[in-house]
Parts: sequence; C-alpha cells; structure tokens
Amino acid sequence: MTTTIIWTIGIIAVLGLVLAVILYFVAEKFKVEEDPRIDEVEKVMPGANCGGCGFAGCRAFADAAVKAPNLDNNYCPVGGNEVMKKVAAILGYEIKEKAPMVAVVRCNGTCENRPKVNQYDGVSSCRVKASLYAGDTACAFGCLGCGDCVAACQFGALSMDPATGLPVVDQEKCTACGACTKACPKNIIELRPKGPRGMRMFVSCMNQDKGPAAKKACAAACIGCGICEKTCTHDAIHVVNNVAYIDFEKCKLCRECEAFCPTGAIHGVNFPKPLDKDAVKARVTERKKKAAEAAKLAAEAAKAAETAAAEVKPEENKEA
Amino acid sequence: MRDVVIALLPAVIVSVVFYGWKELLVLGVSVASCLLLEFLVTRYFMKTKSTIGDWSAAVTGVLLALNLPSTTPWWVVFIGAVVAICVAKMTYGGLGQNVFNPALVGRVFLLVSFPTYMTHWETPKGLFGADAVSGATPLGVVKEGLLNGDSLSTIMTEHGFDYGQMLFSSIGGSAGEISALALLVGFVYLLVRKVIRPHITLSIWATVALVSLIFWLAAPERFTDPLFNLLTGGMILGSCFMATDYVTSPMSVKGGIIFGIGIGFITMMIRYFGSYPEGMSFAILIMNATVPLLNNWFHQKKYGRA
Amino acid sequence: MKNTFSIGGVHPHDGKISRECKIEVLPTPSTVYISVAQHIGAPAKPVVAVGDKVKVGQPIAEPGGFVSAFIHSSVSGTVKSIGPRKDLAGNMQTCIEIAVEGDEWAEGIDTTDTLITEIPEDNKAILDKIRLGGVVGLGGATFPTHVKLAPPPGSKCEMLIINGCECEPYLTSDFRTLLEKGEQVVIGAAIIKQVLGNVPCTIAIEENKPEAIVHINEVIAKLKAQSPKFDGISVMTMKMRYPQGGEKQLIDAVMHRQVASGGLPISVGAVVQNVATSLAVYDAVQKNKPIVDNSVTVTGECFPKQANLLVRVGTPLQYIVDYLGGIPADAVKIISGGPMMGKAIANMDAATLKGTGALLFLTEEQTKRKPESNCIRCGKCAEACPMGLEPFLLNRLAKAGMMDELEQNAVQDCIECGCCLYSCPAYIPLLDNIRIAKGQVMGIIRARAAAAKAAAEAAK
Repeated sequence: MTTTIIWTIGIIAVLGLVLAVILYFVAEKFKVEEDPRIDEVEKVMPGANCGGCGFAGCRAFADAAVKAPNLDNNYCPVGGNEVMKKVAAILGYEIKEKAPMVAVVRCNGTCENRPKVNQYDGVSSCRVKASLYAGDTACAFGCLGCGDCVAACQFGALSMDPATGLPVVDQEKCTACGACTKACPKNIIELRPKGPRGMRMFVSCMNQDKGPAAKKACAAACIGCGICEKTCTHDAIHVVNNVAYIDFEKCKLCRECEAFCPTGAIHGVNFPKPLDKDAVKARVTERKKKAAEAAKLAAEAAKAAETAAAEVKPEENKEA
Repeated sequence: MRDVVIALLPAVIVSVVFYGWKELLVLGVSVASCLLLEFLVTRYFMKTKSTIGDWSAAVTGVLLALNLPSTTPWWVVFIGAVVAICVAKMTYGGLGQNVFNPALVGRVFLLVSFPTYMTHWETPKGLFGADAVSGATPLGVVKEGLLNGDSLSTIMTEHGFDYGQMLFSSIGGSAGEISALALLVGFVYLLVRKVIRPHITLSIWATVALVSLIFWLAAPERFTDPLFNLLTGGMILGSCFMATDYVTSPMSVKGGIIFGIGIGFITMMIRYFGSYPEGMSFAILIMNATVPLLNNWFHQKKYGRA
Repeated sequence: MKNTFSIGGVHPHDGKISRECKIEVLPTPSTVYISVAQHIGAPAKPVVAVGDKVKVGQPIAEPGGFVSAFIHSSVSGTVKSIGPRKDLAGNMQTCIEIAVEGDEWAEGIDTTDTLITEIPEDNKAILDKIRLGGVVGLGGATFPTHVKLAPPPGSKCEMLIINGCECEPYLTSDFRTLLEKGEQVVIGAAIIKQVLGNVPCTIAIEENKPEAIVHINEVIAKLKAQSPKFDGISVMTMKMRYPQGGEKQLIDAVMHRQVASGGLPISVGAVVQNVATSLAVYDAVQKNKPIVDNSVTVTGECFPKQANLLVRVGTPLQYIVDYLGGIPADAVKIISGGPMMGKAIANMDAATLKGTGALLFLTEEQTKRKPESNCIRCGKCAEACPMGLEPFLLNRLAKAGMMDELEQNAVQDCIECGCCLYSCPAYIPLLDNIRIAKGQVMGIIRARAAAAKAAAEAAK
C-alpha cells in the first residue's frame, strides 16, 4: 500500500517537473519580442479600453505611441494631461497639453418647450427612429430622446432626465472619449472645452428651419435672427443655415450674446453669478452709443480736416 | 409554445389514466416547479420581466414529468425541475439562450443521481385496471436479457412483447414511453398548426430504421428490429418533442437533417453497444452541443447566390 | 396554373375590402404643393418662378441629372411659392405651391377618352415622349422609366413583365385600373414591349383578382385581332403570396431566374413595370399627357367610406381625407402605402406624390406593437425571408455592429419587405435593426467601390 503511494507521488512529481521544463523552453522559444516600453506605457493608461483615443484599447494605444515618432496624434482623453505627461516621460517625448473637453448636449427641446405632434411606437433607439422619420416633434433636428448616447457611454456620465426628455452630462464623469457624439444620429452632442473653472458658452439648438418654423416647433429654438452675431465683438458667434454656432476658440465668455438672444437658445454654464440680462444689455447699448458718438466725432473731424485742406489749396492757387 | 403543451395533452391524459393519481402528482409538481423557478429567477435574479408567458417552462415541466417513472418522489421531481430550469436554462441567459434541452438535462441528472428511483418502473394498470406491478421497460428487459446471454426470440416470447401493446400502451415504461399513439397524435397536431417542420423527426426515424435494419439483418438474435426500436423507449417522445425544440435545434433544414441523423445513430449505438438501455436522452444532448457548429456550416440558400 | 417565387414569403390577410370601389375623380383642391423630389435620382430643378401662370400638364421642373425626371403642374393657376415644406415624414422638401384657377390644360394634350390603339413606329420618339411625360415607376420605387427602358449597351431584354400582382394587403387601385382601364394598360404594355425589342410580355396578376384576369385576357384577344403588335402578350395567374409583386420575386416566379446580388433585373434579361406605369406610358405616348394624377386607394376596416380616387399630384392628404368624411375616431395610424412596406404619416399637411398609392387607416388593436421578447430561435423569420436571408442572425450582428459578418451574410440583399418582422412570434423589431445595418454596410461597399475606382484611375 505504502509503495503504491510512494510510486504514485514519485511518478506524478517527475511528470510535473518534466512538463514544467518543456513548457519553460517552449515559452522561451516562441516568445514574441516586444518593446518593453509598451508594457510600461500600458501600465500608466487608465485601462478603460473605451476607444476614445481612436485605438482598439489601451494596449493598442500604447503600441501606437511607442511606434510613433511623436505624441502629436496620440492623446488619451480619459487620462488627460496627467496620463499623457507620464507617457511622455516614459518615451522621452514632448507633449502639448490639451484643454480638457467635455460632451455638450446642444438641444433644449424639453417636453415643455417642444410639444410632441405624434406618438412614436417603434424600437426605442435614436438611430432607428432617425432612419424612419423626422421625430415625434415638429423639430426635425432635435434630440429624439431614446437614449442611444446614454447606452454608448462607458463611464456612466450620461443619463436621461425624465422631466425634460433630454440627456444630461455629468461633467465630473465625462472623459470626452467621444462615444456619445458618434452614437447620436443627429450630431447634437459635441465635444467642447470644459472652459476656465468649467465655464463655457454654447448655442443649445441645431434647428436649421427658418425662424417662424423653428419657433413654432420649439419655444427655445434658435430663430437665426442674427442679433447675437451683431452683438459679439470677438467674431465668435455666426449664424449659418438659420442656426447660430459659437466657435469655442474665439469665445471670451462675455455672455453678451446670451443676454440679447430673444429665445434663450444661447446657454452659459457654471458661471458663478446668474446673468443679469438688463445690466449687460444696458452696458452694451452704452458702449455702442459711445462708439457711435466717437465715430461721429471722428467723421466730423475728418470732414473738417478735408475742408481745411480744400481751403488751403485755393489760397495757394490764389497766390500762384 | 402553448401549442406544444396542447399537443402533449393526449399523452398526458393517457399516462394519467394508466398510472393514476401518482402520475398526476409528478406532472403537477414538475410543471408548477418549473413555472415557479423560472418566474423567480427572471424576476428577482435577472431583474427582467418574467418569461413564463412564453409557456416554454410549462413545456419543460410536462416533458420532464413524462420522462420520469410515476413512482418518483415529489422532491426528486423538484430537484429535476431545479436542474432543468435553473442550471440548464437560466445559467445560459434564460429563454432562447440555452444550448441543451432543459428537460433532458434534468432527466439525465436524475438518472445519474437517483438511479434506483429512475429505474423503478410501474407496469400500467391498463384500461381495465389490474393492480400495478413494477417491472422494467422493454428496452431494460432486452438489455438485461442479452447480457445474460439469452437470445432475442427467447426474451420476446418470455415477456410477451407485442407491437400492438407497445403502440397502444400497457407495456411498462415512463409515462412518455407508454403510448406512442397519443404522442403521434400530438405530433400531427403540431405539424398541422405549422409549429414545427417534420425534417428532424423524419430524419431520426429514418436513421434509426436504417441502422437497426442493418444490424438486425446481420444478427437477428442479438439486435432488436427496426419496429421495436421505433416504438420503445423515448423514441417517439424524443424525436417529436425534444429534438424539435426550437432553441436547441439547428435553424436550417440541412442542419436539421444532419442533427437527426446524428441523434438516430448515437441512440442506436448506445442501445446496441452501450451499458444504458436507452440512448435517446444522451444522443439528443450530444447533438445539442453540435448545433452552433451546424448553424455555422449550414446556412439557408440565398436568393441570387450560387 | 399557380406560379410563385421559390424562397420564403408570407400569407398575410388579404384586406381587399375596397375592391368594389370604382375609381372616382377627386375634385381639385384649392392649392397644390408639388414636391421636386418625387423619384429616384437627383431632385428636379424648378423652371417656373413665383407669380408665373401655369396650365395642367405644363413642365414646372426639369430633370436634375441623368437619373431624374420631369415634373409637371397638375393644375392650372398661379405659382404662389417655391420653398421648403414638410413632407409626410416631417422632413423639409422643396415644393412648388400653386393656387388653383380653373382647369386649363397645356397645348397638345389629348384630354378625350378616345382609345388610341395605333402604336407609333419610332422607338426613339416613344422614349422621348416617356421622358418628357415625367413617367416614373409607379409600383412604389419611382425609378425614371425612360432610363429603365434604355438598357445599357451589352445587356439584352428577353421578357417584359407587367406587375399586376398588388401583393400588399388593402391596396386595390391596380386592380381597379386593370378592370376599368385594361385596354390602356395593354396598349402601354405593347408600347414598352416594342421599345425593348419586341420581347414577349407577361402580365402577372394574383389569383385573388379573377375578374381582372378574365377581363385582360378578353382585352388582349380583342387587340390581337386588330394588330400583330399585341402578339406575345399573355396573362399569368400568380399564387397569392407576399411579396409576389416584389421585382426579384416576380422574375423568379415568371422566368425561374434569379437576379444576382447587387445586380439589376436586366442582367437576367428581365424588365418589370407596374400596371400603373404601363397606363402612364399609354397616356404619355398616345395622349401626350404627362403624369398629373394617380389612383390612390383610401381604405382600412375603421374607415367608413372606402374609395379609389384619381388624385391630382400635390393634393394635400388632409383634403383627401376630409372629402371622404374625415379621420375616423378610432384610427391611430395612417399609412401611405400598404401595411407591409408603407410609411406611417407624421404630418397630414403633406401632399401626394406621383408614387402615392394608398392611404390606409389602422386602429390601435391592429397596429400597436406588442412588447418585444427573447428570440427563441424558432427560425420562422428565415423561413419567411424571400431573399433567403437569416434575419435572426442579421439582427444579432446588427446590434453588435459587426459589419464584415453582416456583409458576408448578405444584409445588402435585404429588400425590406417586412416578412421577417411579420412572422416573429416574439415581436422582435427585426427589420428596424436590419435596415440600419444594411445602410451602414451599403455605405461601406460604396466607399470601397469608390476607392477601388480611384485607385484604378490613378494606376492608369
């Protein structure tokens, strides 16, 4: 009995040892030579594998980063500048810090603002709904409310607000990976810079119909009146195809356009003080008045100079 | 799936008539447990809406009961239901996601775990009710006899096996075995209602008939003949109701025929050369495992493509 | 003899409750809104300006490209505006608004009812009249007919099939056209037949229209006696099955040939035209009458006054419904077209197009979608698919976004007939998901073809 046990243990042990040695040599022989830096970079990545960088996952990004000559085209929006600094340190590259971005929902067609004109009885997916018709409201450009964006977000940063029927972005959780922007069939969600202390301005409307039609469909629509464009002194807001758009590179967050917008389509978020529209309007009107006066004076001065010059010439002629 | 329950009613009625209230208990416990378990798992575990409205849990309950002896204790039946629903169906993701036929998984589990209960068959009372006497199924008797060295003709005459009896019941067996006719009536009902297509069933019968014909012609004393094989055991129940289960059978006709051939062949091999007298359950489960492969290999013929 | 296509199909309830309704002329509304995008291909370009006076049958928009068509005014009056207007889906389309004044027809149009059986000899002139008449396929696809009847060099037509199947439930306008304008349809068929090279012509009619089959046979016999140009036209009785009238299925049923994936019917020698198109060809060639009106079936069990109306193009949908008594109280869905492939109307201010064939009113019980349940792998969708596809698989792949596998499983062959959705016992919205995937895959295929073409050009 004892001999059986000893023999059994012995044979199994030797077998295990032999197989282990074989495995070791096979592993060595068939090892794939990889740049060890790829592993190092992968370690500092957030590990979300969200694809926001444009690669298949964090390891794919690491692979691409190591093989690239510089980090210009490789940026991890989830990790942000912090992670990119670490990657740059490992690879000995320089990086340009990018302003942190966030997803912005550019529609304010809430159930209150934008009444429904028909009932949708189909698949609860924005992409399907958009492929079938213009939607259950009179605005063919607005949010369809089925939540494809919410489903696409891997970070839980989006949720549907049942009161408004619109998606809400949690700016703390949003990593600007861009999944929601790709999921939205109406291109309503845009990645915009978070802004200094989170302050940012955007036009919350995508409606390209003419003013009266847009207003009929939604009380908060941009009617393309152009007052904002005339007000802005930074060339940041323009009306194209009956809808205004703020260029975030140029916007200086002065909120003057927001004050003048007749429908409230322009939104400023995270500002410390609520916007005092009357004060801003008064200020702008005052500034314009002063500018007009100054211009008038300048015009008069120029005209005076001209007449003076004209008087001198005939005198010269008279002398001659 | 409600049509399947209706199709099984003739067989249920026959088995209750022949086995009495004990059979009713087995049926009742089985169906109730399956429905309850599926409801609990889908509502409270998976937190989705309950899928018992599909009636497939009821079908599993009835099929499981028809596969068990009428003397099975209620708690064994309940364990069978637990394995069938919770293990074989819900762990794969619930309705429509399982690979193996749940009723068969439950039955096989019980067969392996409680062999004494599972092989203790009652002889049915018959329409004019003699007392129930326990006995083995025809297949069991044959296997045992052959192992003892008896020749087939001896076994058959000794036990008085008559094909008429097998068709119209009164030979011992599981409730599902005893009335081929009642089951066939249900099968025809399903075909007429266009619930199932006949290709899988016919393919199984053809393969069983062919294989047993070849072997029986070669050695009639050692191997049972085609008609015997077609009428005994779970052949009718398995080929008409288990193999044709939507979820666990191939999607295309070609795949279904191969599936049927496989089941028929494996069943006969187990019956002739295996140590179990009945091979249908195992054969179907083995072929269930090949279904994803069959679905991949055999697609429908598409319009306009060679 | 009952003929049918070889793969799939379903047998929905017939619903031809309006089959006894004779086609009646709908009075002209006070304003019409004629869209410039009423056909496959580039939208037409308006050739009138605001304030212009127009007559019935006068061209108001010209083709915007090679695959495009003329559009004519369906009324006489003044052009009030040319601009964006919501179509029945709620999207903006450019429409020409005309305020109706009287009913003056443009010159050269024969407005009499006289039947003209003499077919002109000059095929080129015929094609030109078809083109100038703005004739497009009226079976639903609205493909410009003059383009279809001029097959590319190298391809040869072997048979003309006139589609009188009307396989969609509820629709009966084609049936009534066959009964009431059978001669015109047959003469139109003979014209098309001649243009295609005097090929044999089969008029396919489903077996649920026995009166039409009898009548057309009589018409053919009568016309054959008058001229040999009507030889080679015969009627084929088709089994009642959906989608019998689908182009690919009809070619399979009549000619027992199947069009290859991505190919055109002409590649197997077939040209298919609807009976309404055949009628339009007769009008354009024999009467110089362009498309200014079309037959629309207004039906549905809940709609009290069933009708087949001859409606001027651009008539507001609400006007049609009001004429017949208004929207019934229990109607919840109004479909433009049939219940299988029609489009639900989101905006009743929209106006009819050349291709509008029906207005179908359905109750909540008939049309409300039941809650979706798990796929139980029954395979009924695959059994039903007339293109031999596997919708259960395509649905799964579409949800997972697996484009390569979708292409391998031929999602681009889907004809969007709705048979899969119709047969699913779990009420899974198969077609909705498959359509999205089909669009994406076709985009990928097109991009690949464009890239290959560019590469080939660069290589030269």
